[in-house]
Amino acid sequence: MTEENTVQTLSTGAAPADPTTPLVEVDDLQVTFTTANGDVHAVRGVSFDIYPGETVAIVGESGSGKSTSATALIKLLAGNGRISGGSIKVEGKDITGYNEQQMAAVRGGIIGYVPQDPMSNLNPVWNIGFQVREAIRANGVAKGKKDIEAKAIEVLHQAGLADAERRLKQFPHQFSGGMRQRVLIGIGLGADPKLLIADEPTSALDVTVQKVILDHLESLTREKNTAMLFITHDLGLAAERASKVIVMSQGKIVEAGPSLELLQNPQHPYTKQLIAAAPSLASRRIHSTVGEHLTDGVEGPDMLTLAERHEDSEAAVEAAPVVVKVEDLRKTYMIRRGSFKSDPLHAVDGISFDIHKGTTLALVGESGSGKSTAARLVLGLEKPTDGQITVGGVGMADASSKQLFDLRRRMQVVFQDPYASLDPQRSIGAIIAEPLKVHKVGNRKSRDARVAELLDQVALPSAMADRYPNELSGGQRQRIAIARALALKPEVVVLDEAVSALDVLVQAQVLQLLADLQAELDLTYLFITHDLAVVRVVADAVAVMEKGKIVETGATDEIFENAQQEYTQRLLDAIPGAGIEFGA
Amino acid sequence: MLMYVVRRLLQAIPVFLGTTFLIYFMVFSMPGDPVLALFGDKTPNPAVLEAVRAQYNLDQPFIVQYLLYLKDLLTGNLGTTFSGQEVTEVLKRAFPVTLKLVTMAVVIEFVLAVVIGLVSGLRKGGIIDNANLVIALVLSSVPPFVALFLAQYFIGIKLGWAPVTVGANATWGAMLLPATVIALTIYVTGMRLMRGSVIEAQSADYVRTASAKGLTRRRIIPVHVARNSLIPVITNTAASFGALIAGTTVTEGIFNIPGVGKVLFDAIIRGETATVVSFVTILTILYIIVNILVDLLYAVLDPRIRYV
Repeated sequence: MTEENTVQTLSTGAAPADPTTPLVEVDDLQVTFTTANGDVHAVRGVSFDIYPGETVAIVGESGSGKSTSATALIKLLAGNGRISGGSIKVEGKDITGYNEQQMAAVRGGIIGYVPQDPMSNLNPVWNIGFQVREAIRANGVAKGKKDIEAKAIEVLHQAGLADAERRLKQFPHQFSGGMRQRVLIGIGLGADPKLLIADEPTSALDVTVQKVILDHLESLTREKNTAMLFITHDLGLAAERASKVIVMSQGKIVEAGPSLELLQNPQHPYTKQLIAAAPSLASRRIHSTVGEHLTDGVEGPDMLTLAERHEDSEAAVEAAPVVVKVEDLRKTYMIRRGSFKSDPLHAVDGISFDIHKGTTLALVGESGSGKSTAARLVLGLEKPTDGQITVGGVGMADASSKQLFDLRRRMQVVFQDPYASLDPQRSIGAIIAEPLKVHKVGNRKSRDARVAELLDQVALPSAMADRYPNELSGGQRQRIAIARALALKPEVVVLDEAVSALDVLVQAQVLQLLADLQAELDLTYLFITHDLAVVRVVADAVAVMEKGKIVETGATDEIFENAQQEYTQRLLDAIPGAGIEFGA
Repeated sequence: MLMYVVRRLLQAIPVFLGTTFLIYFMVFSMPGDPVLALFGDKTPNPAVLEAVRAQYNLDQPFIVQYLLYLKDLLTGNLGTTFSGQEVTEVLKRAFPVTLKLVTMAVVIEFVLAVVIGLVSGLRKGGIIDNANLVIALVLSSVPPFVALFLAQYFIGIKLGWAPVTVGANATWGAMLLPATVIALTIYVTGMRLMRGSVIEAQSADYVRTASAKGLTRRRIIPVHVARNSLIPVITNTAASFGALIAGTTVTEGIFNIPGVGKVLFDAIIRGETATVVSFVTILTILYIIVNILVDLLYAVLDPRIRYV
């Protein structure tokens, strides 16, 4: 009853929602950022309309201007950014020239906003109740201490926090990522706005959590007839959630239209490229396009050989010798619960797997499943509580420190975040040569030669050795990280979410590079990821982890076509756009 | 929380033993005979000398002297000065004076750091910010004792706005000038901390979210920007509180303030082992307690921090 009342009072307050006049009209929007190196035109002439109750998605890679367009709508651009041209009309009123005070009336009440990263978007020093009440009070939705409190609880209930009363006094750090995102959704919808901007609202969350939250967001906005502007890098997600999709690249709209039509019959080459690069459940294992043809150099990939190879691959996996053998591996952490008490946390709880030479095993799971801990154990960065890891016939538990040092040489790692894993103070050449120096391989001259060779292997110019990480893009940095991992000619490379931070097009290139290198150098990969779509294209075998245990394991095709465990099936179902046929 | 405090206090025990021993040893090794020095130019009677030595345990070997001292210390007897006063009595008179001075200095420092840092941070790169930077550079490059002399000369003597020296009657008003000078010489760190935090907080995601909620700038600045920026400034100020109590010797010397620093200085000059060691011990304990309080304060300011 109360819900209906609120909806009614709101729509009587302003003009009744007319589905034929746009709620928001963006016309030739230009956004410019002033930087030390001159002006950067992030958005260059973008126009679109949003009608009441409609869900529109803007899709693009990082730097495409999709988030900038959205933040420009409520004029929350970073300090050095400004709207340099065009106009934004909300309910027919031009807000382009509004000052901060006028905008405060628009924000929250007319346009709500759900940000990307739930971890950094709540103030850590105030409790949840405070931050929700503040939003309600500012928009005049409720008056008086008691009513505001009641409304805050109602808003959080609606956003899916069942025990809101109890949790109002808790602080953000006591909430999980998914719970925080619910709080942010509650805040965004708290004043019943006409439009909700959701800027990658779930990209920091696990797929299963993502699905629950998006489903919830969808039913809430439908119930209240709230229009939604949905920003995402994921085409599948956009198609699944929005009725209209806008594809942006380099600050411009390249294509826009009804979502299914756009995905199945893309017109612009860029859209086609995006769709082709997006790994989906229908994709096949990427095979090296270099392979045996490397010596010939002229011939392209031979379709017949590729097909044969695929047929053979499963048999080949079994035949190849086991390089990494993990038996009943356990890692238990003691979590302090007070002064004297501590509870055991079984991060890795008795897992076993083999990786055959030259193949890729994907270890899949959600955050907290123990997959990264398993990787750290295999790398010897942490000591297992129990169990045995054998790499190339050497048992890690009883290896001497000398043997361990040599083992490290045969096993290398590429981490997730290419911005954090390269020392910003050192040149690319020094970064790649460091493992060689540590293991006393060659002299200065031979090391320089090896750096040039490695840069060539990851398809970067050798002149890059003199440059610094901050001059490179994310994709280039990840190539550097791969080159560093290959410097010592390892047999095993652990790829810990190595492509998760990359845009789809770059991700596709890096995955291709990894496949080429595997064929060329006969590398063995342990691929840690949460992204099942990526698993489909890289892995020969899959092990699915849940709560420290491997719940299902098998050849990739088997798992994807015929998952036995409910958990695996749930992960597969949660992949956005799983049911959509892509056209290219 | 309680366990944390207990653990920190237990950690203080070896620190306490180490400092007292070191201080005792250093004062013991100072050149000159303190008992002889007591008599000035006169040649004392050897029997009197012996008696005085025995009275202060100075005829015992070093380690015995130290242990005897420790025993007295733990039973609350801090010994007597050469002029026959109880050290506890001296401490009772000197300590409140220093506490007054330092409290005043710290409060002034904190207010200046927060206000100027906030204005500077909000107007980053503006005229006010740049002027502040220049002033901060000047203030932090002047040695404190020079600043104190200059203030004493110009404000105290030339302009006559404040008493030149404080003397026995150390009132709040009389100590305003030295307290302000101390505050000015240390406020730069706090101000820059505040400015940096404010600049960082302004571009924080949660501040943008606060704007997106429809909050006005008048609410966002104090509640989301300033509140979060205070954490490092408060801890910095609290930490300097401990350091200041132990370091007022110069200020108290110049302005003739009868506080801990001055008493300590005089005792060192006279070679009064018991007084020096007692004062330094008290200061050490105080310093440890202030530091524990600072750590606990951190947990109050930032709900993410919990001590177990």
